[in-house]
Amino acid sequence: MQNIKVESNSTYLLRMKSISKEFPGVKALDNVQLEVRPGTVHALMGENGAGKSTLMKCLFGIYHADCGEIYFDGKKVSFTSTRQALDNGVSMVHQELNQVRQRNIMDNIWLGRYPNKFLFIDEEKMYKDTKKIFEELDIQLDPKAKVEKLSVSEMQMVEIAKAVSYNSKIIVMDEPTSSLTEKEVNHLFKIIRALRDKGVGIIYISHKMEEILQISDEVTVMRDGKWIATKPANELTTDIIISLMVGRDLTNRFPEKTNVPGDTILKVESLTAAYKPSIEEVSFDLRKGEILGIAGLVGSKRTDILETIFGVRQRKSGKIEINGKKVKNRDPKEAIKNGFAMVTEERRSTGIFGILDINFNSIIANLDDYFGMTQLVNEDKCEKDTKWVVDSMSVKTPSQKTKISSLSGGNQQKVILGRWLLTEPDVLMLDEPTRGIDVGAKYEIYQLIINLANRGKGIIMISSEMPELIGVTDRILVMSNGRVAGIVDTKATTQEEIMRLSAKFL
Amino acid sequence: MFGAITNKVKGINSIRSKEVIKWMVDNAILLVLLFLLLTIIVISPDFVSLNNLRNILSQASTRIIIALGIGGLIITQGTDLSAGRMVGLAAVISASLLQDPEYAYRMYPNLPHLYFWGPILFVAVITGILGLINGFIISILKVTPFIATLGTMIIVYGINSTYFDRPPYGAQPIGGLDEEFMRFAQGYFNLGGFKLPYIVIYAAIVTFFIWLIWNKTKFGKNIFAVGGNPEAAVVSGVNLTMTLMLVYMMAGILYGFAGALEAARVGTATNNTGNMYELDAIAACVVGGVSFTGGVGTVRGVVIGVLIFQVINYGLAFIGVNPYLQYIIKGLIIIMAVAIDTRKYIKKK
Repeated sequence: MQNIKVESNSTYLLRMKSISKEFPGVKALDNVQLEVRPGTVHALMGENGAGKSTLMKCLFGIYHADCGEIYFDGKKVSFTSTRQALDNGVSMVHQELNQVRQRNIMDNIWLGRYPNKFLFIDEEKMYKDTKKIFEELDIQLDPKAKVEKLSVSEMQMVEIAKAVSYNSKIIVMDEPTSSLTEKEVNHLFKIIRALRDKGVGIIYISHKMEEILQISDEVTVMRDGKWIATKPANELTTDIIISLMVGRDLTNRFPEKTNVPGDTILKVESLTAAYKPSIEEVSFDLRKGEILGIAGLVGSKRTDILETIFGVRQRKSGKIEINGKKVKNRDPKEAIKNGFAMVTEERRSTGIFGILDINFNSIIANLDDYFGMTQLVNEDKCEKDTKWVVDSMSVKTPSQKTKISSLSGGNQQKVILGRWLLTEPDVLMLDEPTRGIDVGAKYEIYQLIINLANRGKGIIMISSEMPELIGVTDRILVMSNGRVAGIVDTKATTQEEIMRLSAKFL
Repeated sequence: MFGAITNKVKGINSIRSKEVIKWMVDNAILLVLLFLLLTIIVISPDFVSLNNLRNILSQASTRIIIALGIGGLIITQGTDLSAGRMVGLAAVISASLLQDPEYAYRMYPNLPHLYFWGPILFVAVITGILGLINGFIISILKVTPFIATLGTMIIVYGINSTYFDRPPYGAQPIGGLDEEFMRFAQGYFNLGGFKLPYIVIYAAIVTFFIWLIWNKTKFGKNIFAVGGNPEAAVVSGVNLTMTLMLVYMMAGILYGFAGALEAARVGTATNNTGNMYELDAIAACVVGGVSFTGGVGTVRGVVIGVLIFQVINYGLAFIGVNPYLQYIIKGLIIIMAVAIDTRKYIKKK
């Protein structure tokens, strides 16, 4: 490394240089850079899992980067907490807004640093200061309104005002428009431009190409934890961005596809959930031995399809037919009886029983099988079935009595898959089956999925990883904003087409 | 039951009837209690009298003080089962220090005559420290509030009983209290025929102070922030541990004051004084709209909750309802109040 220490302070407000971060088995960030000029909007783009959030977490000190340096305002910094970053003028407007909903707007903005007058809080000053920021940003809200009464876009404006109240020089916005209407987006852009004109640097994370081209000055694209390019927005088009985002090879990451789709096993017609926002008018069919992928952006309600079919989520209308028989699936118990199985997305919170052993975790979805006339558990059968799970899924574990939480993510997932196979389902629904699993184990999971299809199961698989969908599935259903944007043949499609479809109803 | 009602509402198109039913569901507990009250009045019209009002107010006074202590920590998503036993401890200690020097069975025969404020402050400090210990167990040892205070409830009862059952006279109710001390609680202003008990004034003063703390101070705002969204509070720089410790300490101080008042009001104290008061206080808070999910509650709600509960209590006894049946009614009210409260926060899937 050359020793040129002449930092030109005026050109960059924030410089993140050669940031790397490794998690066990995964290189999440590999020599990434990001440079933001004052008074500009800098878009950060990349597929789900490209490393955008990890990079931001390194900036805010939630993760500590393995190597690399961060310069802010000309000084080298290394924040240890979000709070410290905030105090130094780097703030984030989160996708999930983190507010005390029961309290009013100004209580939220000044939380943790209320102005005091003698022993009491100076409500008048709080009100005036809030009002002043709102006027600067052209926000028409009453500082005394309760946060829970606000719409999502209004809450977001409150968060932005909070960032401004800390005199932030860098504001990170993570998918700020994901749940806004067009009118609200325009207002947000007005606020962003006002901030930009005051010299604030804005890091804008989004998937929406048109928006990016409209609002940003510069664009940085990441892929697979690597920095790909940083370019002025006016030199870019949607096509260029997409090709920067997806260009990669797919050799040998997936097992050979040997399954052959047969007759139709599942038919779903005009499925609409009872409570909005959720899925609307979702129709598709699934064949025996077929792997149907579901693609879509975060928030496109992919999970809601599985939840509605499985009876976790209430249905307003629509028809489900399995093996030619119409079923209701009012709750998961009924769905299981009808031959459905669902592996949930959040393995830790809704998949495994972490403090219990592999035996318990294997048999829990199939309990009825282990109680005969006596209503006492048949331990032998439990053990036999658990052995089957361990053997057929090739779970690496010292014994059946091992706590499941002591296994690796991949092995935990195999147990969960085995658990559902014990219920002998016809349709297996998998929500992000390889999330948080390292690369080697992913291959094994893919192989298991393909083997199951070979045995005639119908498989639905949600994934945020495009290559995974392309490599494993037969067809891909693309969701956009709660609706089906299209169902494509995997062999004939391209990542670009899927990307375009997933933005269809935004 | 209410699920069925709200589902039915979806079918009705008229916005007004929707709103009326929503209002009724939101305020169902008040409507039920109002109905109970009307029933009591219909059965026995002379329930409505100044004398009864005075009795209800003076009985409610110590309970308001206790409930305001518990209310604060319910807002932080906590609870306190040890409150009643702390009230008992404060009652016994303050009574033992304030027996009339002429009384034959004094716990401390040679104790000089003390001015009553001294022992009152003393017991408030003791229960304040016990409250701080509760806060320590909950915020630093990370024991859930239910278990933590279940433990201290038993411990405090043990301490109190040990203190109470001691020579020279053993486990005797502590009576013969100092005249001034009793007048402090039992005295009243005579307002043209209506006797306004002093004790009601104290409850009003405490209520005002707690209102100030909850609404006008940094500490108060932090209580609501910690209860409403602990993560957001911590990220914004609120000291979670300190806030919890202080909220439990404040509650302890209030229990101590209430215990001393209770001893003076009744004129005697035993190790069972205050038994189960925490349950009445928690119930009153819940009926008054303090939510167990945290972050929600008002001083006005707590006070109204206590008063309503006291009116029903007193009223049921007044019309001669079997005391065992009274328990059943009270239990049902509590469960209904929480069931209704929960409905407001259920996420629909």
